[in-house]
Amino acid sequence: MAIESPELPPLVSLRGVRFAYGEREVLRGIDLSVHRGQVVAIMGGSGCGKTTLLRLIGGQLKATGGTVEVAGHDLAALGNADLYALRRRMGMLFQFGALFTDMSVFDNVAFPLREHTDLPAGMVRDLVLMKLQAVGLRGAAALMPSELSGGMARRVALARAVALDPMLILYDEPFAGLDPISLGIIGQLIRRLNDALGASSVMVTHDVHESLGIVDYVYFVSEGRIVARGTPDEIRASTDPFVHQFVNAEADGPVPFHYPAPAIAEQLGGGVG
Amino acid sequence: MSGLANFLRRIGAMAVDGVWRLGFATRFLGLVLLYSGQSLRRLPLTIREIYFSGVLSLLIILVSGLFVGLVLGLQGYDILQRFGSSDALGTMVALSLLRELGPVVAALLFASRAGSAVTAEIGLMKTTEQLKAMDMMAVNPIARVVAPRFWGGVISMPLLAAMFSAMGIFGGWLIGVVFIGVDDGAFWSQMQAAVDVRYDVMNGVIKSFVFGVAVSLIAVFEGYDCTPTAEGVSRAITRTVVSSALAILALDFVLTSFMFRGQ
Ligand SMILES: Nc1ncnc2c1ncn2[C@@H]1O[C@H](COP(=O)(O)OP(=O)(O)O)[C@@H](O)[C@H]1O
Ligand SMILES: [Mg+2]
Repeated sequence: MAIESPELPPLVSLRGVRFAYGEREVLRGIDLSVHRGQVVAIMGGSGCGKTTLLRLIGGQLKATGGTVEVAGHDLAALGNADLYALRRRMGMLFQFGALFTDMSVFDNVAFPLREHTDLPAGMVRDLVLMKLQAVGLRGAAALMPSELSGGMARRVALARAVALDPMLILYDEPFAGLDPISLGIIGQLIRRLNDALGASSVMVTHDVHESLGIVDYVYFVSEGRIVARGTPDEIRASTDPFVHQFVNAEADGPVPFHYPAPAIAEQLGGGVG
Repeated sequence: MSGLANFLRRIGAMAVDGVWRLGFATRFLGLVLLYSGQSLRRLPLTIREIYFSGVLSLLIILVSGLFVGLVLGLQGYDILQRFGSSDALGTMVALSLLRELGPVVAALLFASRAGSAVTAEIGLMKTTEQLKAMDMMAVNPIARVVAPRFWGGVISMPLLAAMFSAMGIFGGWLIGVVFIGVDDGAFWSQMQAAVDVRYDVMNGVIKSFVFGVAVSLIAVFEGYDCTPTAEGVSRAITRTVVSSALAILALDFVLTSFMFRGQ
Protein backbone atom coordinates (compact mmCIF):
# COMPACT_ATOMS: atom_id res chain seq x y z
CA MET A 1 0.00 0.00 0.00
CA ALA A 2 2.55 2.52 1.10
CA ILE A 3 5.05 3.96 -1.32
CA GLU A 4 7.92 3.39 1.03
CA SER A 5 11.19 4.73 -0.25
CA PRO A 6 14.07 3.55 1.94
CA GLU A 7 16.51 6.05 0.42
CA LEU A 8 14.53 8.97 1.82
CA PRO A 9 14.84 9.76 5.51
CA PRO A 10 11.61 9.39 7.49
CA LEU A 11 9.30 12.41 7.57
CA VAL A 12 8.84 12.15 11.31
CA SER A 13 11.34 10.61 13.62
CA LEU A 14 11.36 10.50 17.40
CA ARG A 15 14.45 9.29 19.20
CA GLY A 16 14.46 8.62 22.93
CA VAL A 17 11.71 11.17 23.49
CA ARG A 18 10.81 11.79 27.10
CA PHE A 19 8.12 14.10 28.39
CA ALA A 20 6.81 15.05 31.82
CA TYR A 21 3.97 17.28 32.97
CA GLY A 22 5.73 18.85 35.94
CA GLU A 23 6.94 15.94 38.06
CA ARG A 24 4.74 13.44 36.29
CA GLU A 25 6.64 11.57 33.60
CA VAL A 26 4.25 10.54 30.81
CA LEU A 27 6.68 9.42 28.07
CA ARG A 28 9.85 7.58 29.01
CA GLY A 29 11.89 7.15 25.83
CA ILE A 30 9.87 6.81 22.64
CA ASP A 31 11.48 5.80 19.35
CA LEU A 32 9.39 5.82 16.24
CA SER A 33 9.47 6.95 12.65
CA VAL A 34 6.93 7.70 9.97
CA HIS A 35 8.01 7.26 6.37
CA ARG A 36 6.65 9.33 3.53
CA GLY A 37 3.33 8.08 2.25
CA GLN A 38 2.63 5.95 5.30
CA VAL A 39 -0.34 5.97 7.62
CA VAL A 40 0.96 5.04 11.05
CA ALA A 41 -1.17 4.25 14.06
CA ILE A 42 -0.08 4.77 17.63
CA MET A 43 -2.19 2.71 20.00
CA GLY A 44 -2.47 2.56 23.72
CA GLY A 45 -4.92 2.81 26.56
CA SER A 46 -6.57 6.04 27.65
CA GLY A 47 -4.20 8.36 29.43
CA CYS A 48 -1.05 6.62 28.21
CA GLY A 49 0.17 9.80 26.53
CA LYS A 50 -1.08 9.52 22.96
CA THR A 51 -2.35 13.08 22.69
CA THR A 52 0.86 14.26 24.33
CA LEU A 53 2.84 12.42 21.65
CA LEU A 54 0.90 14.12 18.85
CA ARG A 55 1.39 17.53 20.41
CA LEU A 56 5.12 16.85 20.61
CA ILE A 57 5.15 16.07 16.88
CA GLY A 58 3.15 19.25 16.22
CA GLY A 59 5.64 21.24 18.30
CA GLN A 60 3.01 22.43 20.78
CA LEU A 61 4.95 20.75 23.57
CA LYS A 62 8.71 20.53 23.91
CA ALA A 63 10.25 17.17 24.70
CA THR A 64 12.10 17.10 28.01
CA GLY A 65 14.58 14.63 26.51
CA GLY A 66 15.46 13.09 23.14
CA THR A 67 14.79 14.63 19.74
CA VAL A 68 11.70 15.13 17.60
CA GLU A 69 12.43 15.64 13.91
CA VAL A 70 9.86 16.58 11.29
CA ALA A 71 10.86 16.93 7.65
CA GLY A 72 14.49 17.08 8.71
CA HIS A 73 14.00 19.88 11.27
CA ASP A 74 14.82 19.30 14.91
CA LEU A 75 11.79 20.90 16.55
CA ALA A 76 13.74 21.91 19.65
CA ALA A 77 15.99 24.10 17.50
CA LEU A 78 13.19 25.91 15.67
CA GLY A 79 12.16 29.46 16.56
CA ASN A 80 8.54 30.53 16.63
CA ALA A 81 8.45 31.76 13.04
CA ASP A 82 10.09 28.60 11.66
CA LEU A 83 7.78 26.42 13.72
CA TYR A 84 4.77 28.25 12.29
CA ALA A 85 6.19 27.87 8.79
CA LEU A 86 6.48 24.13 9.38
CA ARG A 87 2.96 23.90 10.81
CA ARG A 88 1.50 25.38 7.65
CA ARG A 89 2.49 22.09 6.06
CA MET A 90 0.82 20.04 8.79
CA GLY A 91 -2.82 19.44 9.48
CA MET A 92 -4.22 18.21 12.75
CA LEU A 93 -7.57 16.69 13.51
CA PHE A 94 -8.40 17.29 17.16
CA GLN A 95 -10.20 14.72 19.23
CA PHE A 96 -13.47 16.65 19.30
CA GLY A 97 -13.01 18.47 16.01
CA ALA A 98 -12.31 21.87 17.60
CA LEU A 99 -14.29 23.64 14.90
CA PHE A 100 -14.61 27.39 15.37
CA THR A 101 -18.10 27.67 16.81
CA ASP A 102 -18.64 31.25 15.64
CA MET A 103 -18.08 30.41 11.96
CA SER A 104 -20.03 28.40 9.42
CA VAL A 105 -18.71 25.14 8.01
CA PHE A 106 -17.58 27.01 4.92
CA ASP A 107 -15.68 29.66 6.89
CA ASN A 108 -14.07 27.00 9.06
CA VAL A 109 -12.59 25.26 6.04
CA ALA A 110 -11.71 28.59 4.44
CA PHE A 111 -9.93 29.77 7.60
CA PRO A 112 -6.43 28.38 6.85
CA LEU A 113 -6.69 29.51 3.22
CA ARG A 114 -7.66 33.05 4.17
CA GLU A 115 -5.02 33.27 6.88
CA HIS A 116 -2.12 31.92 4.88
CA THR A 117 -2.78 32.69 1.23
CA ASP A 118 -3.74 35.73 -0.79
CA LEU A 119 -6.00 33.78 -3.10
CA PRO A 120 -8.94 35.69 -4.55
CA ALA A 121 -12.33 34.97 -2.97
CA GLY A 122 -13.55 32.98 -5.93
CA MET A 123 -10.63 30.59 -5.78
CA VAL A 124 -10.97 30.19 -2.00
CA ARG A 125 -14.59 29.31 -2.57
CA ASP A 126 -13.75 26.67 -5.17
CA LEU A 127 -11.04 25.14 -2.98
CA VAL A 128 -13.32 25.01 0.06
CA LEU A 129 -16.11 23.38 -1.92
CA MET A 130 -13.65 20.83 -3.30
CA LYS A 131 -12.42 19.94 0.17
CA LEU A 132 -15.97 19.67 1.43
CA GLN A 133 -16.86 17.53 -1.56
CA ALA A 134 -13.99 15.20 -0.66
CA VAL A 135 -15.51 14.58 2.77
CA GLY A 136 -19.04 14.41 1.34
CA LEU A 137 -20.33 17.58 3.00
CA ARG A 138 -20.49 20.14 0.23
CA GLY A 139 -24.21 20.42 0.97
CA ALA A 140 -23.50 21.38 4.57
CA ALA A 141 -21.34 24.41 3.74
CA ALA A 142 -23.81 26.93 5.15
CA LEU A 143 -24.46 25.10 8.45
CA MET A 144 -23.03 26.16 11.78
CA PRO A 145 -20.95 23.65 13.79
CA SER A 146 -23.72 23.37 16.38
CA GLU A 147 -26.00 21.96 13.68
CA LEU A 148 -23.68 19.06 12.84
CA SER A 149 -23.65 15.54 14.23
CA GLY A 150 -20.41 14.25 15.80
CA GLY A 151 -19.42 12.37 12.67
CA MET A 152 -20.12 15.33 10.39
CA ALA A 153 -18.16 17.69 12.63
CA ARG A 154 -15.22 15.31 12.47
CA ARG A 155 -15.39 15.30 8.67
CA VAL A 156 -15.55 19.10 8.49
CA ALA A 157 -12.54 19.29 10.79
CA LEU A 158 -10.81 16.84 8.47
CA ALA A 159 -11.57 19.05 5.47
CA ARG A 160 -10.16 22.01 7.38
CA ALA A 161 -7.04 20.04 8.37
CA VAL A 162 -6.25 19.27 4.71
CA ALA A 163 -7.24 22.69 3.35
CA LEU A 164 -3.63 23.64 2.63
CA ASP A 165 -2.67 20.20 1.23
CA PRO A 166 -0.38 19.30 4.15
CA MET A 167 2.55 16.92 3.94
CA LEU A 168 1.74 15.51 7.37
CA ILE A 169 -1.68 14.94 8.93
CA LEU A 170 -2.08 14.19 12.63
CA TYR A 171 -5.24 12.55 13.92
CA ASP A 172 -6.17 12.49 17.58
CA GLU A 173 -8.57 9.60 18.17
CA PRO A 174 -10.50 10.09 14.93
CA PHE A 175 -12.85 7.21 15.78
CA ALA A 176 -13.79 8.11 19.33
CA GLY A 177 -17.52 8.36 19.95
CA LEU A 178 -18.65 7.60 16.39
CA ASP A 179 -21.34 5.19 15.26
CA PRO A 180 -20.11 2.23 13.15
CA ILE A 181 -21.06 3.83 9.84
CA SER A 182 -19.36 7.18 10.51
CA LEU A 183 -16.41 5.22 11.85
CA GLY A 184 -16.00 3.34 8.59
CA ILE A 185 -16.37 6.58 6.59
CA ILE A 186 -13.69 8.36 8.60
CA GLY A 187 -11.36 5.37 8.30
CA GLN A 188 -11.72 5.32 4.51
CA LEU A 189 -11.29 9.11 4.30
CA ILE A 190 -8.06 9.01 6.27
CA ARG A 191 -6.57 6.49 3.87
CA ARG A 192 -7.94 8.12 0.72
CA LEU A 193 -6.89 11.65 1.63
CA ASN A 194 -3.43 10.47 2.62
CA ASP A 195 -2.89 8.76 -0.71
CA ALA A 196 -4.52 11.49 -2.79
CA LEU A 197 -2.41 14.24 -1.21
CA GLY A 198 0.77 12.15 -1.16
CA ALA A 199 0.92 12.99 2.53
CA SER A 200 1.90 11.00 5.59
CA SER A 201 -0.40 10.47 8.52
CA VAL A 202 -0.03 9.73 12.19
CA MET A 203 -3.14 8.48 13.86
CA VAL A 204 -3.51 8.06 17.56
CA THR A 205 -6.27 5.68 18.57
CA HIS A 206 -7.37 2.82 20.71
CA ASP A 207 -9.66 1.39 18.09
CA VAL A 208 -7.70 -1.67 16.96
CA HIS A 209 -9.98 -3.24 14.41
CA GLU A 210 -10.85 -0.13 12.44
CA SER A 211 -7.22 0.97 12.32
CA LEU A 212 -5.62 -2.34 11.36
CA GLY A 213 -7.64 -2.23 8.15
CA ILE A 214 -6.22 1.07 6.92
CA VAL A 215 -2.75 1.65 8.37
CA ASP A 216 0.70 0.62 7.20
CA TYR A 217 2.39 0.34 10.55
CA VAL A 218 1.40 0.22 14.21
CA TYR A 219 3.14 1.19 17.43
CA PHE A 220 1.83 0.17 20.83
CA VAL A 221 2.52 2.50 23.73
CA SER A 222 2.27 1.54 27.37
CA GLU A 223 3.70 3.13 30.48
CA GLY A 224 5.46 5.71 28.35
CA ARG A 225 7.33 3.25 26.16
CA ILE A 226 6.84 1.52 22.82
CA VAL A 227 6.04 -2.03 23.82
CA ALA A 228 5.29 -3.51 20.43
CA ARG A 229 5.36 -2.57 16.76
CA GLY A 230 4.70 -4.05 13.35
CA THR A 231 2.63 -4.11 10.20
CA PRO A 232 -1.05 -4.97 10.62
CA ASP A 233 -0.36 -8.57 9.57
CA GLU A 234 2.45 -8.90 12.06
CA ILE A 235 0.21 -7.44 14.77
CA ARG A 236 -2.61 -9.84 14.04
CA ALA A 237 -0.21 -12.77 14.20
CA SER A 238 1.67 -11.48 17.20
CA THR A 239 2.09 -13.66 20.24
CA ASP A 240 3.21 -10.73 22.36
CA PRO A 241 1.01 -10.84 25.46
CA PHE A 242 0.39 -7.07 25.45
CA VAL A 243 -0.62 -6.99 21.80
CA HIS A 244 -2.76 -10.06 22.34
CA GLN A 245 -4.55 -8.44 25.24
CA PHE A 246 -5.11 -5.22 23.29
CA VAL A 247 -6.22 -6.78 20.02
CA ASN A 248 -8.58 -9.20 21.73
CA ALA A 249 -9.85 -6.63 24.22
CA GLU A 250 -9.15 -8.81 27.26
CA ALA A 251 -9.73 -7.12 30.58
CA ASP A 252 -6.71 -8.48 32.37
CA GLY A 253 -3.23 -9.25 31.16
CA PRO A 254 0.07 -7.34 31.14
CA VAL A 255 -2.12 -4.24 31.54
CA PRO A 256 -3.73 -4.99 34.90
CA PHE A 257 -7.45 -4.52 35.42
CA HIS A 258 -6.82 -3.18 38.91
CA TYR A 259 -5.25 0.14 39.71
CA PRO A 260 -2.47 -0.59 42.25
CA ALA A 261 -4.07 -1.03 45.69
CA PRO A 262 -3.45 -2.87 48.93
CA ALA A 263 -4.90 -6.36 49.14
CA ILE A 264 -8.66 -6.22 49.29
CA ALA A 265 -8.84 -8.29 52.47
CA GLU A 266 -6.95 -5.54 54.31
CA GLN A 267 -9.37 -2.83 53.21
CA LEU A 268 -12.72 -4.57 53.61
CA GLY A 269 -14.27 -5.33 56.98
CA GLY A 270 -13.18 -2.07 58.59
CA GLY A 271 -9.74 -3.38 59.55
CA VAL A 272 -11.00 -5.89 62.14
CA GLY A 273 -8.16 -7.73 63.87
CA MET B 1 -4.26 28.58 67.76
CA SER B 2 -3.94 26.42 64.68
CA GLY B 3 -7.18 28.02 63.51
CA LEU B 4 -5.52 31.42 63.58
CA ALA B 5 -2.38 30.07 61.90
CA ASN B 6 -4.52 28.55 59.18
CA PHE B 7 -6.39 31.80 58.74
CA LEU B 8 -3.15 33.77 58.41
CA ARG B 9 -1.78 31.16 56.04
CA ARG B 10 -4.85 31.49 53.84
CA ILE B 11 -4.56 35.27 53.76
CA GLY B 12 -0.88 34.96 52.87
CA ALA B 13 -1.60 32.46 50.13
CA MET B 14 -4.28 34.75 48.70
CA ALA B 15 -1.87 37.69 48.69
CA VAL B 16 0.88 35.68 47.00
CA ASP B 17 -1.61 34.31 44.48
CA GLY B 18 -2.86 37.81 43.76
CA VAL B 19 0.64 39.10 43.09
CA TRP B 20 1.35 36.12 40.82
CA ARG B 21 -1.78 36.77 38.79
CA LEU B 22 -1.01 40.46 38.53
CA GLY B 23 2.42 39.54 37.19
CA PHE B 24 0.98 37.08 34.69
CA ALA B 25 -1.61 39.62 33.58
CA THR B 26 1.10 42.23 33.03
CA ARG B 27 3.18 39.82 30.97
CA PHE B 28 0.05 38.95 29.06
CA LEU B 29 -0.58 42.63 28.35
CA GLY B 30 2.94 42.80 26.92
CA LEU B 31 2.17 39.87 24.60
CA VAL B 32 -1.13 41.40 23.52
CA LEU B 33 0.60 44.69 22.68
CA LEU B 34 3.37 42.82 20.87
CA TYR B 35 0.87 41.08 18.59
CA SER B 36 -1.44 44.08 18.24
CA GLY B 37 0.38 45.27 15.14
CA GLN B 38 -0.67 42.12 13.31
CA SER B 39 -4.29 42.46 14.29
CA LEU B 40 -4.53 46.20 13.69
CA ARG B 41 -3.40 45.52 10.16
CA ARG B 42 -6.47 43.33 9.85
CA LEU B 43 -8.80 46.07 10.98
CA PRO B 44 -12.10 44.28 10.19
CA LEU B 45 -11.47 41.86 13.07
CA THR B 46 -11.17 44.73 15.56
CA ILE B 47 -14.13 46.59 14.08
CA ARG B 48 -16.19 43.43 14.48
CA GLU B 49 -15.30 43.35 18.17
CA ILE B 50 -16.08 47.05 18.63
CA TYR B 51 -19.44 46.29 17.10
CA PHE B 52 -20.04 43.34 19.42
CA SER B 53 -18.85 45.09 22.58
CA GLY B 54 -20.68 48.26 21.66
CA VAL B 55 -23.95 46.69 20.59
CA LEU B 56 -23.92 44.31 23.55
CA SER B 57 -23.66 47.20 25.96
CA LEU B 58 -25.42 50.03 24.14
CA LEU B 59 -28.95 49.48 25.38
CA ILE B 60 -28.01 48.95 29.02
CA ILE B 61 -25.70 51.98 28.89
CA LEU B 62 -28.36 54.26 27.46
CA VAL B 63 -31.12 53.14 29.80
CA SER B 64 -28.90 53.29 32.89
CA GLY B 65 -27.57 56.68 31.84
CA LEU B 66 -31.10 58.00 31.58
CA PHE B 67 -32.07 56.74 35.03
CA VAL B 68 -28.90 58.03 36.67
CA GLY B 69 -29.60 61.42 35.06
CA LEU B 70 -33.19 61.41 36.31
CA VAL B 71 -32.02 60.67 39.86
CA LEU B 72 -29.31 63.33 39.63
CA GLY B 73 -31.96 65.82 38.51
CA LEU B 74 -34.17 65.07 41.49
CA GLN B 75 -31.44 64.95 44.12
CA GLY B 76 -29.56 67.90 42.61
CA TYR B 77 -32.65 70.08 42.58
CA ASP B 78 -33.53 69.09 46.16
CA ILE B 79 -30.07 70.03 47.45
CA LEU B 80 -29.46 73.13 45.30
CA GLN B 81 -32.80 74.81 45.99
CA ARG B 82 -31.91 74.83 49.73
CA PHE B 83 -29.14 77.27 48.78
CA GLY B 84 -31.34 79.09 46.36
CA SER B 85 -29.16 78.06 43.43
CA SER B 86 -31.36 75.65 41.53
CA ASP B 87 -30.20 77.36 38.31
CA ALA B 88 -26.89 75.54 38.83
CA LEU B 89 -28.64 72.20 38.31
CA GLY B 90 -27.22 71.86 34.80
CA THR B 91 -23.70 72.39 36.06
CA MET B 92 -24.07 69.88 38.83
CA VAL B 93 -25.56 67.17 36.64
CA ALA B 94 -22.99 67.67 33.90
CA LEU B 95 -19.95 67.72 36.18
CA SER B 96 -21.04 64.68 38.21
CA LEU B 97 -21.54 62.72 35.03
CA LEU B 98 -18.51 63.86 33.06
CA ARG B 99 -16.05 63.55 35.93
CA GLU B 100 -17.28 60.51 37.84
CA LEU B 101 -20.53 58.76 37.11
CA GLY B 102 -20.15 58.55 33.35
CA PRO B 103 -16.76 56.82 33.26
CA VAL B 104 -17.27 54.75 36.44
CA VAL B 105 -20.82 53.49 36.03
CA ALA B 106 -20.41 52.92 32.30
CA ALA B 107 -17.25 50.90 33.01
CA LEU B 108 -18.99 48.83 35.69
CA LEU B 109 -21.86 48.07 33.31
CA PHE B 110 -19.44 47.38 30.46
CA ALA B 111 -17.51 44.90 32.61
CA SER B 112 -20.58 42.95 33.56
CA ARG B 113 -22.10 42.96 30.09
CA ALA B 114 -19.31 42.92 27.51
CA GLY B 115 -16.34 41.90 29.71
CA SER B 116 -18.04 38.78 30.97
CA ALA B 117 -19.10 37.90 27.42
CA VAL B 118 -15.51 38.20 26.18
CA THR B 119 -14.24 36.01 29.04
CA ALA B 120 -16.91 33.41 28.32
CA GLU B 121 -16.15 33.41 24.61
CA ILE B 122 -12.39 33.03 24.97
CA GLY B 123 -12.78 30.55 27.84
CA LEU B 124 -15.09 28.40 25.77
CA MET B 125 -12.74 28.53 22.79
CA LYS B 126 -9.98 27.32 25.09
CA THR B 127 -12.15 24.58 26.60
CA THR B 128 -13.12 23.24 23.18
CA GLU B 129 -9.47 23.34 21.99
CA GLN B 130 -10.24 25.99 19.36
CA LEU B 131 -7.25 28.03 20.51
CA LYS B 132 -4.93 25.02 20.28
CA ALA B 133 -6.34 24.18 16.87
CA MET B 134 -5.67 27.73 15.70
CA ASP B 135 -2.12 27.53 17.01
CA MET B 136 -1.63 24.24 15.12
CA MET B 137 -2.81 26.03 11.97
CA ALA B 138 0.07 28.46 12.46
CA VAL B 139 -2.27 31.28 13.44
CA ASN B 140 -1.37 32.96 16.69
CA PRO B 141 -4.46 32.98 18.94
CA ILE B 142 -3.28 36.08 20.80
CA ALA B 143 -3.08 38.01 17.54
CA ARG B 144 -6.25 36.53 16.03
CA VAL B 145 -8.58 36.18 19.02
CA VAL B 146 -7.27 38.10 22.02
CA ALA B 147 -5.86 41.36 20.62
CA PRO B 148 -8.96 42.32 18.57
CA ARG B 149 -11.19 41.79 21.61
CA PHE B 150 -8.83 43.80 23.78
CA TRP B 151 -8.77 46.75 21.38
CA GLY B 152 -12.47 46.45 20.73
CA GLY B 153 -13.06 47.02 24.44
CA VAL B 154 -10.48 49.79 24.77
CA ILE B 155 -12.00 51.73 21.89
CA SER B 156 -15.64 51.14 22.85
CA MET B 157 -15.28 52.19 26.47
CA PRO B 158 -14.79 55.98 26.05
CA LEU B 159 -17.57 56.07 23.44
CA LEU B 160 -19.97 54.27 25.74
CA ALA B 161 -19.03 56.51 28.67
CA ALA B 162 -19.71 59.57 26.51
CA MET B 163 -23.11 58.21 25.54
CA PHE B 164 -23.84 57.45 29.17
CA SER B 165 -23.02 61.04 30.14
CA ALA B 166 -25.03 62.51 27.28
CA MET B 167 -28.02 60.39 28.19
CA GLY B 168 -27.62 61.33 31.85
CA ILE B 169 -27.54 65.06 31.07
CA PHE B 170 -30.66 64.59 29.00
CA GLY B 171 -32.29 62.83 32.00
CA GLY B 172 -31.29 65.67 34.34
CA TRP B 173 -32.72 68.21 31.91
CA LEU B 174 -35.93 66.21 31.60
CA ILE B 175 -36.51 66.21 35.36
CA GLY B 176 -35.16 69.67 36.11
CA VAL B 177 -36.46 71.73 33.21
CA VAL B 178 -39.45 69.81 31.88
CA PHE B 179 -40.96 68.46 35.09
CA ILE B 180 -39.76 70.75 37.88
CA GLY B 181 -39.56 73.96 35.91
CA VAL B 182 -35.94 75.11 36.31
CA ASP B 183 -35.21 77.81 33.74
CA ASP B 184 -34.14 76.21 30.47
CA GLY B 185 -31.70 78.97 29.50
CA ALA B 186 -30.04 78.99 32.92
CA PHE B 187 -29.71 75.21 32.91
CA TRP B 188 -27.68 75.19 29.68
CA SER B 189 -25.81 78.49 29.97
CA GLN B 190 -24.56 77.77 33.50
CA MET B 191 -23.47 74.33 32.34
CA GLN B 192 -21.70 75.79 29.32
CA ALA B 193 -19.91 78.35 31.46
CA ALA B 194 -18.82 75.93 34.18
CA VAL B 195 -17.71 72.87 32.24
CA ASP B 196 -14.12 73.09 31.08
CA VAL B 197 -13.14 70.98 28.09
CA ARG B 198 -9.67 70.11 29.26
CA TYR B 199 -10.23 69.93 33.01
CA ASP B 200 -13.59 68.15 33.07
CA VAL B 201 -14.22 66.52 29.73
CA MET B 202 -10.66 65.38 28.94
CA ASN B 203 -10.07 64.02 32.42
CA GLY B 204 -13.30 62.04 32.14
CA VAL B 205 -12.22 60.65 28.78
CA ILE B 206 -8.81 59.71 30.20
CA LYS B 207 -10.55 57.91 33.05
CA SER B 208 -12.78 55.92 30.76
CA PHE B 209 -9.82 55.03 28.56
CA VAL B 210 -7.90 53.72 31.60
CA PHE B 211 -10.96 51.76 32.74
CA GLY B 212 -11.34 50.40 29.22
CA VAL B 213 -7.76 49.09 29.27
CA ALA B 214 -8.23 47.58 32.74
CA VAL B 215 -11.57 45.90 32.04
CA SER B 216 -10.52 44.61 28.61
CA LEU B 217 -7.24 43.24 29.94
CA ILE B 218 -8.98 41.50 32.84
CA ALA B 219 -11.63 40.05 30.52
CA VAL B 220 -9.24 38.62 27.92
CA PHE B 221 -6.75 37.46 30.53
CA GLU B 222 -9.31 35.60 32.64
CA GLY B 223 -10.69 33.92 29.52
CA TYR B 224 -7.28 32.92 28.20
CA ASP B 225 -6.07 31.78 31.61
CA CYS B 226 -9.17 29.86 32.72
CA THR B 227 -9.16 26.21 33.68
CA PRO B 228 -10.51 24.56 30.52
CA THR B 229 -13.66 23.07 32.05
CA ALA B 230 -17.25 24.29 32.34
CA GLU B 231 -16.66 25.10 35.98
CA GLY B 232 -13.40 26.88 35.17
CA VAL B 233 -15.11 29.13 32.64
CA SER B 234 -17.85 30.06 35.07
CA ARG B 235 -15.29 30.89 37.76
CA ALA B 236 -13.36 33.00 35.25
CA ILE B 237 -16.49 34.99 34.39
CA THR B 238 -17.14 35.69 38.06
CA ARG B 239 -13.54 36.79 38.51
CA THR B 240 -13.80 39.13 35.52
CA VAL B 241 -16.80 40.93 36.99
CA VAL B 242 -15.42 41.11 40.54
CA SER B 243 -11.85 42.11 39.66
CA SER B 244 -13.06 44.65 37.10
CA ALA B 245 -15.31 46.33 39.66
CA LEU B 246 -12.49 46.51 42.20
CA ALA B 247 -10.02 47.73 39.60
CA ILE B 248 -12.39 50.42 38.33
CA LEU B 249 -13.17 51.81 41.78
CA ALA B 250 -9.56 51.72 42.98
CA LEU B 251 -8.24 53.29 39.76
CA ASP B 252 -10.95 55.92 39.96
CA PHE B 253 -9.74 56.98 43.39
CA VAL B 254 -6.14 57.16 42.22
CA LEU B 255 -7.00 59.09 39.06
CA THR B 256 -9.34 61.48 40.84
CA SER B 257 -6.74 62.31 43.44
CA PHE B 258 -4.29 63.26 40.68
CA MET B 259 -6.77 65.06 38.45
CA PHE B 260 -9.07 67.12 40.62
CA ARG B 261 -7.67 69.18 43.47
CA GLY B 262 -9.82 72.25 43.26
CA GLN B 263 -8.69 74.85 40.76
N1 LIG C 1 -1.83 19.72 30.76
C1 LIG C 1 -1.60 18.63 31.54
N2 LIG C 1 -1.10 18.79 32.78
C2 LIG C 1 -0.86 17.72 33.56
N3 LIG C 1 -1.09 16.45 33.22
C3 LIG C 1 -1.59 16.22 31.99
C4 LIG C 1 -1.89 17.31 31.09
N4 LIG C 1 -2.39 16.78 29.95
C5 LIG C 1 -2.42 15.44 30.14
N5 LIG C 1 -1.94 15.09 31.35
C6 LIG C 1 -1.80 13.73 31.87
O1 LIG C 1 -0.87 13.04 31.07
C7 LIG C 1 -1.34 11.76 30.75
C8 LIG C 1 -1.36 11.55 29.27
O2 LIG C 1 -2.33 12.41 28.72
P1 LIG C 1 -2.79 12.28 27.21
O3 LIG C 1 -1.59 12.44 26.34
O4 LIG C 1 -3.90 13.23 27.01
O5 LIG C 1 -3.32 10.77 27.14
P2 LIG C 1 -4.19 10.06 26.01
O6 LIG C 1 -4.37 11.01 24.89
O7 LIG C 1 -3.40 8.86 25.64
O8 LIG C 1 -5.48 9.67 26.64
C9 LIG C 1 -2.71 11.60 31.38
O9 LIG C 1 -2.60 10.77 32.51
C10 LIG C 1 -3.11 12.98 31.76
O10 LIG C 1 -3.78 12.95 32.99
MG1 LIG D 1 -6.12 11.93 24.18
